[in-house]
Amino acid sequence: MKTLEEIKKDIESCYSDATVTVEGTSLVVPKERWLEVAKFLRTHPEYSLDYLSSVTGVDYKEYLEVVYHLYSIEKKEGPLAVKVRTDRQKGLVPSVTPFWRSAEFQEREAYDLVGIHFEGHPDLRRILMWDEFQYHPMRKDYVQEDQDRPEKEF
Amino acid sequence: MGTATNISQIDEGLRSELQKKGIFVSSLEDLYNWGRRSSIWPLQFGLACCAIEMIATACARYDIDRFGAGLFRPSPRQADLMIVAGTVTKKMAPQVVRLYNQMAEPKYCITMGACSISGGPFKDGYNVLKGIDRYIPVDVHLPGCPPRPEALLHGLMKLQQKIDSQEIEKTAWYQKGLKREFPVPEFGPNGLNPPYNPEVFTPEQHREITVG
Repeated sequence: MKTLEEIKKDIESCYSDATVTVEGTSLVVPKERWLEVAKFLRTHPEYSLDYLSSVTGVDYKEYLEVVYHLYSIEKKEGPLAVKVRTDRQKGLVPSVTPFWRSAEFQEREAYDLVGIHFEGHPDLRRILMWDEFQYHPMRKDYVQEDQDRPEKEF
Repeated sequence: MGTATNISQIDEGLRSELQKKGIFVSSLEDLYNWGRRSSIWPLQFGLACCAIEMIATACARYDIDRFGAGLFRPSPRQADLMIVAGTVTKKMAPQVVRLYNQMAEPKYCITMGACSISGGPFKDGYNVLKGIDRYIPVDVHLPGCPPRPEALLHGLMKLQQKIDSQEIEKTAWYQKGLKREFPVPEFGPNGLNPPYNPEVFTPEQHREITVG
């Protein structure tokens, strides 16, 4: 597989105004350009990353992040880790479900537990917690209920 | 749990003398409890890895059927014993309580494994109930992570001892006006509502632990 620097150059030659950065072992893509970059990585014959193995939501206190792990079954290559960042208040990231159907449930999980909203998701609702649950338990500032609280505080 | 207190009134020496002559003397209560404890039908459901040990207990090597508890029923209406085998998540807890409510009296409950006793290793998890004894009365607490099949058999034998010690005249389900229906918790905005049933559970007083 190509190195991250080469992938970065390939993306930027296709989309001149996209500012992709390499951080450690992953690519960081701005969320405004993520749909285009995803389509490029999915369809370009040199990459054809046709398998999305995981979508992970992370809370970094200052911002939220979505980590995608991409593989190519066709070329037997991967993984390529792509990170997309968004703000904490209204964490909005475009959904990649149209490109990889496996993203549907995983994006619901990231929405449920971290509170990242995926724009264009066909059915964005809670997947693990119950519908009446009001918080996002994997956020750093989530406070658990006290199951042992006295009866008068019910 | 106390040991068996319900001992037959018949003199042991007389009984053994009669037995030599081929006459078996017993009290109705003994016979009744012998029948009950020898066919405890468990409810067939498992919640997590403890269920694998429960299945192993039901299989040929350990064979829980030797103790009369081998007929796992798929319906709570036909079951006498609920083995809560595994982690009870907050999302699953209402269904477990409802199943217990649907069982016919007399009914018993064994909590199998650390999770269903107290939450176990997931005690601090946001999605795990800290023990099913918050909502329903438990007869035998069976520790282990998971308990081995021998331990489940031991727990079953403890339950049989408890059944043996019960007296027909005093047991709760033959009294008039008994209503053993335990409220099913509802999903709240940040956990189950209520977090426990005060009639069956009292939380332990919070203790500050100081180190050094």
